[in-house]
Amino acid sequence: MLRLIAQRLGLGLITLWAASILIFVGTEILPGDLASAILQNSATPESLAEMRSELGLDRPAIVRYGEWLGNAARGDLGHSLASKRDVVEELSPRLKNTVFLAAYAAIIAVPLAVALGLMAAIWQGGVYDRLVNFVTLLTISVPEYLVGYILIKYLSVQMGWFPSLANVTPETPTLDRIYLTFLPVMTLVLVVVAHMMRMTRASVLNIMASPYIEMAFLKGLPKWRVVVRHAFPNALAPIINVIALNLAYLIVGVVVVEAVFVYPGLGQLMVDAVSKHDVPVVQACGLVFAAAFILLNMIADILAILSNPRLRHPR
Amino acid sequence: MSGHGRKVGETILKVEKLRVEVRTDRGNGPTLVHDVSLELKRGEVIGLIGESGAGKSTIGLCTLGYTRGGCRMTGGQLFFEGRDIRQMSATERRALRGPGVSYIAQSAAASFNPAMTLMQQVCEIPVKHGILSVAEAEATAKRLFRELELPNPDTFGDRYPHQVSGGQLQRAMAAMAMAAKPDILVFDEPTTALDVTTQVEVLASFRKLIREHGTAAIYITHDLAVVAQIADHIMVLRHGKMVELGTCDQILQAPREEYTRRLVAERVAGHAFREDLDTGEAPLLQVSNVVASYHSLLRVIDNVSVEVRRGDTVAVVGESGSGKSTLARVIIGLLPRQSGDIRFQGQSLPPALKDRSKDQLRRVQMIYQMADVALNPNQTLHEIIGRPVQFYFGRSREDVRKRVLELLRLMDLPETFINRKPGELSGGQKQRIGIARALAAEPDLIICDEVTSALDQLVGEEILRLLKKLQEELGLAYLFITHDLGTVKRIANKVAVMLKGKLVAGGETSKVFAPPYHPYTKLLLSSVPEMRSDWLDEVLASRVQTLAAVRAAQVSLPG
Amino acid sequence: MRLLGHRLTIPALIGLIIIALNVIAALGAPLIAPFDQADVVGDAWGDPDPQHILGLDNLGRDLFSRLIYGARMSIGLSFVITCLSFFIGVVTGFTAAVMRGWVDLGLSRLVDLLLSMPTLIFAFIILSVLGTDLPVLIITIAILDSVKVFRLARALAMNIAAMEYVEVARVRGEGLWWVITKEILPNAMAPLIAEFGLRFSFAFLFIAALSFLGLGVQPPDADWGSMVRDYRDMINLDSLAPLYPAGAIAILTIGVNFVVDWMLSIHSRSHGEGA
Repeated sequence: MLRLIAQRLGLGLITLWAASILIFVGTEILPGDLASAILQNSATPESLAEMRSELGLDRPAIVRYGEWLGNAARGDLGHSLASKRDVVEELSPRLKNTVFLAAYAAIIAVPLAVALGLMAAIWQGGVYDRLVNFVTLLTISVPEYLVGYILIKYLSVQMGWFPSLANVTPETPTLDRIYLTFLPVMTLVLVVVAHMMRMTRASVLNIMASPYIEMAFLKGLPKWRVVVRHAFPNALAPIINVIALNLAYLIVGVVVVEAVFVYPGLGQLMVDAVSKHDVPVVQACGLVFAAAFILLNMIADILAILSNPRLRHPR
Repeated sequence: MSGHGRKVGETILKVEKLRVEVRTDRGNGPTLVHDVSLELKRGEVIGLIGESGAGKSTIGLCTLGYTRGGCRMTGGQLFFEGRDIRQMSATERRALRGPGVSYIAQSAAASFNPAMTLMQQVCEIPVKHGILSVAEAEATAKRLFRELELPNPDTFGDRYPHQVSGGQLQRAMAAMAMAAKPDILVFDEPTTALDVTTQVEVLASFRKLIREHGTAAIYITHDLAVVAQIADHIMVLRHGKMVELGTCDQILQAPREEYTRRLVAERVAGHAFREDLDTGEAPLLQVSNVVASYHSLLRVIDNVSVEVRRGDTVAVVGESGSGKSTLARVIIGLLPRQSGDIRFQGQSLPPALKDRSKDQLRRVQMIYQMADVALNPNQTLHEIIGRPVQFYFGRSREDVRKRVLELLRLMDLPETFINRKPGELSGGQKQRIGIARALAAEPDLIICDEVTSALDQLVGEEILRLLKKLQEELGLAYLFITHDLGTVKRIANKVAVMLKGKLVAGGETSKVFAPPYHPYTKLLLSSVPEMRSDWLDEVLASRVQTLAAVRAAQVSLPG
Repeated sequence: MRLLGHRLTIPALIGLIIIALNVIAALGAPLIAPFDQADVVGDAWGDPDPQHILGLDNLGRDLFSRLIYGARMSIGLSFVITCLSFFIGVVTGFTAAVMRGWVDLGLSRLVDLLLSMPTLIFAFIILSVLGTDLPVLIITIAILDSVKVFRLARALAMNIAAMEYVEVARVRGEGLWWVITKEILPNAMAPLIAEFGLRFSFAFLFIAALSFLGLGVQPPDADWGSMVRDYRDMINLDSLAPLYPAGAIAILTIGVNFVVDWMLSIHSRSHGEGA
């Protein structure tokens, strides 16, 4: 089993490396010419050539990739083309804000979704289950910005309970942050919970259909014991998978929610950088998002390996 | 439940006019059990026998106050110690399950929780029903493991289900059911998923367990010969109705009803060997010293030679994992052989499918075990049967249709079936379509892979009769892959016995299946249940020597 | 009511009606919309009146008319993307499943590579270089999305190819084309149609999200996502303006999901009864 985990860790590293290639290829080798994209209409042949050599585009791609990866590994992500500032400096406060937002949402959403999903599975086919199925089908269809703007309109503009903009600075105390970011967190929670609980319900129901669950009922065990002792340990691996998948989804949801609430996070930074063709910043943000995504998937896989009795107790 | 004062002979369960129907929110479905009544006394075993859809498992589960999704008990009473199970509250029913009536399922592998140790699961009934303390329950479990002849009974319970073999798991399930000393044990096809040689041993330990504890039991199976070894009374069921109820000997020797007579007769009838026909011409199919494997490490087929002549029926028999189905795949070219030769009408067949000519492909056809997955559910019978005619012979549309109708007639199916899809056919009819599709290619040899094992006994017999008739009319040769030695004895003139990828015995059936036997052949033959109640005792008496001989022979096998 | 031989549930019926209304709006926009999408018909943020039922927008254009024209862009774009991604995904997925060997290995690794990053982030990276012209948007999203279609199509085809009836066809000597079109495709149709619905709503939400972030459809073209972006500041003045296009996006997605949910349920039911 240790070997399996080691394999999974290795695979994670390889995936991260592959993602770095992808980011590099995406930003520097694709047929579009970065220099003309930056200069747009003001491009003259001379200024283009100048821009190319400034960006280092006149050297072979493989050399540039090597340099970029080597620097990135040492924590040097280059300088922003727009602000000329060090990318790491620009990135780190933003990253902290985004991690705060995502973690805040996850702490609320994960237990809520798993509990609601389990309840729907236990009362499968009942009124609660049908209601939840219908409501979540609605919620997964609704884009984050609609939820966000509805919350702003009613809870902020009309009732005045919460601020409509999540203005946080590095100096904001934690308690204030929790209050200021309440609406964006609720938006994320609403959207993620629906996905997560539907998937939790489905994976528990899948387990509940197994012959060994029928056997447990035929042994005269009470329902709670069948669910908690017989179904849950087997449903754990799929549920972990569901959580990881949705946390990965959270990463993407964050980008839109940050835009709605004008929250100074990594997503906003990346969106700005994309519209300004600020390649070093785009690359750095891409790398961070990809790393988080890969890390979550890897953790899910490792936990699934750990919870599999066949792997834990080999023949 | 009662625990004390058990008196043999006292009625423990009385079922009166039990009716079970399918009830869903989309309306009422068919009735699964029609007014079935039975009585079970302490220390007695009643066998419920019938084909699929007979309602036997449904009745068994009802005695635990349980019905599967969508079904409901809609009439009658089930008195357990005088109390009607149907009137019990949910809590009372839960108290009944385990200590009162205990259940042993067909597939132990699926019915044990993969995330818990065997001991945890075995102790659950007595401990959670508050009958025994954890320590007492574990002591009981170990005693039961010993009684059931499980290996290392003291540590056996520490294992997880996936760590023990199928036969052991099935016995562990019996231990689980017995742990709280129930009044009634319900066995639901407990040996059906096992190989014949394992079945004998598991059956013997079940019988010992029931007899020593004096527990009443309901034994559900489709195999009359199995139930004959263990039951005092037998109830024959069909389509949810009782056909006949009698003592074991009466059912076997003097069945009153026509249906029972057919069930008993089919088994007895076929024991004559088909005489060998040696025409002296060159063999149709000659498999010589073939070796094949899936991942080049383990030889799934190891140096196997088989010969089929025109008009022959050659049976390849063996237990699961013997490589018999792989041999079929190697012959057909789906799994290319690594060495050895396969000649068809004297001509060597290329190992891989893609290198064979259309004509070579046409001459060897195959019929599958699961007719369900062997027919494309989206095609009509016209397309399914007609395609080989069009593909191999390039006939016109009109001719293809004529040929399909002709084949349907040959299969004793109405011509109106031509536009149906497989989903609208019964299991036996689907298998006939499989045969018709094979015949459409006008082959010389048909490989039949377990063609009757997914079918009910009587339906399977009809298919065998049909195959026999076709052989006589068309002069076909069959290569019959099967685990059912009863079938082999009846229809094959030659037989090849396989064990772990190797051929252990081969030749004319009359010689292979007559003394002096190869020890493994003897073990296999002796393991096939026979329809007399003293069969198991006889087998067990000579079992030890037979097994020793097999072990000795296996060591001396080449390679 | 029945459709394709199956009883329609109420949500499925509602879903179909929503889809039909949207398609009609998209196709018949010039006939239905009271004004042209670019016409300035009054003051900025004019209040609703009988002529302008939803009021006027930031430049004084009729909001309702723009909503109807927006349907064209949003739905049309998503439909084109979904068709393209389906074509790529199904063809490669089936090929991988049937050919096996190195073809399958190569395609599957490529797909794993593309899946190593969240789709949105990947799209950002490409758009940052190539810009946000419509063809770039279409091709980028279609390729990224086809990865998911590939996975489903490959898994479906693998399952079906493992069926004995496909083995029968191969043993008979049938070619690749026959196996794919006659044996596999008809049996994969039901889940593929449901998947088409899912992929459509994904592409639709994705395009809208990009537009909302300012990286999708660019002015003067307008889709619902960019309308939300244009009107978003009005939310602080207690106006409903940004909620109309956002609501339109939600309603169409709900409709599609209702229909997909129904399709998946009949598919799983008919499978349960079949065996």
